Amino acid sequence: MLKNITLGQYFPGNTFVHRLDPRTKLLIIVVYIVALFLVDKITAYLPVIVFLAISVMVSKIKLKSLVSGMKPLFVIIVITAIINLFFTSGEPIVKLWVVTITKEGVRAAVFMLLRISLLIMGTFMLTYTTAPMQLTDGLESLLGPLKKIKMPVHELAMMMSIALRFIPTLIEETDKIMNAQKARGADFETGGLVQKAKAMLPLLIPLFISAFRRADELATAMESRCYSGGEGRTKMKQLCYGAIDVTAGAAAIVLLAMVILLNTFGI
Amino acid sequence: MTPIVKTEGLTHLYSPGTPFERIAVQDLDFQAMKGEFIGIIGHTGSGKSTFIQHLNGLLKPTKGRVLFDGEDIWSSKTKTHGVRFKVGLVFQYPEYQLFEETVYKDIAFGPKNMKLSEEEIDARVREAADLVGIGEELLEKSPFDLSGGQKRRVAIAGVIAMRPDVLILDEPTAGLDPAGSAEILANIKDYHHRMGSTVLFVTHSMEDAARIADRLLVFSGGHLVMDGTPNAIFARPEELEAIDLGIPEITRVVARLREKGLDIPAAIYTVEQAKAALMKLKEGKADA
Repeated sequence: MLKNITLGQYFPGNTFVHRLDPRTKLLIIVVYIVALFLVDKITAYLPVIVFLAISVMVSKIKLKSLVSGMKPLFVIIVITAIINLFFTSGEPIVKLWVVTITKEGVRAAVFMLLRISLLIMGTFMLTYTTAPMQLTDGLESLLGPLKKIKMPVHELAMMMSIALRFIPTLIEETDKIMNAQKARGADFETGGLVQKAKAMLPLLIPLFISAFRRADELATAMESRCYSGGEGRTKMKQLCYGAIDVTAGAAAIVLLAMVILLNTFGI
Repeated sequence: MTPIVKTEGLTHLYSPGTPFERIAVQDLDFQAMKGEFIGIIGHTGSGKSTFIQHLNGLLKPTKGRVLFDGEDIWSSKTKTHGVRFKVGLVFQYPEYQLFEETVYKDIAFGPKNMKLSEEEIDARVREAADLVGIGEELLEKSPFDLSGGQKRRVAIAGVIAMRPDVLILDEPTAGLDPAGSAEILANIKDYHHRMGSTVLFVTHSMEDAARIADRLLVFSGGHLVMDGTPNAIFARPEELEAIDLGIPEITRVVARLREKGLDIPAAIYTVEQAKAALMKLKEGKADA
């Protein structure tokens, strides 16, 4: 039952989007988000939507998986839209009992709906097409300059990759311990909130203990292979920009320019 | 007499309907009588673990039925929950499930879930601790301060404190030193003897299988391929080797000795049997 958690899931592939340098993708996503938040005329959403649609098509990611990834956030999106719809003051168009819907409210709701969904889908595109390890490598390289001001960039990236690496292991472990406690009659499903929280103890304590034990073992294993932090460390897979990164980067700049243009001249 | 556990056409698929669909066990018919001592052998991924998790209702069969004492364990929710106490399952490396502050409380977790009275729980905890050789002085200690072998025995005590009619153990001796594993096997035999319950244990050691089981189940590729006494099963070494299993080492030694012309019986599966046969041979020679 824990196996169907999708957390930063990666769909392997070998498309244009998959082959992009992770740093390019990270930078593009920053540009994409900036463009998205610059939008203040409805037509300016068009280039953003087109940009996303093209990247979805090129990467061959199924629209279904993008939408199903949004499911957990669906409630938040709807609530945000509703709040905006009812609580924005301005020129009223519908008046029903105590609620008034204003023209500005409708506009704000539509904007919010589009903004949040596009934001989520865009970031999903990043994690769907980039392997977690590539992503951390890209982050480490992009944040590289911060080393000058004594930021432990390498250590942060290493922690991130270790954390990602251990998610499936911990899920498997949770399953195992859960079954072992169920075999002793533990009941994780029935009862009130307090009872359910209490029932989690026999699961959480062994899980924490094993996580600490694993961390200890991993540290020893790393040290015995002479790991000593980022200083002077070389990479097996060097990141390097190619022609496709230039193309993609150019597309992102076009996106930004279009949004600014439509903001100024559009309706 | 009704068999204590029985499966009829048991089939289990993992991730059905997805590209990852995999058959774990297929069309498995099996039954065990009260008091049997059964060893389960099979290569990794042969379906042993999936099979045993069906017997106490942790996994629901995709097809087929699991019966406890003649009744389908999936016929009602209370029955499924109840069967967990009657069929005790000890997982691989059970020491990782320990969580309480004291050994006593941890062993009491199962009986507490059965909603027994305080006195009954106390009696069962002490009995279970005694059965696995955990002394009184350890009961108030934290389970995390014990040695690996002791932790394992506490975890096993946690299951047998429920006094299950059927005790199932998944590789109870994995990762223990020879002394530790001998002790655990002795504890299990002891429990079997004292309680008269049915025991099933999964093992990778042909020696253990030959030594302590009365009956062996051999799994391969999700099927139950052989079912019989250790003598009957180890008499078919070619078939066992075909599914990447072997015969006890001592049986191989005996076979070589016979090749060299020594006159001892081929059906020897434990060191004790070999010793007895060799002694007899020696005495025979001395007499002559």
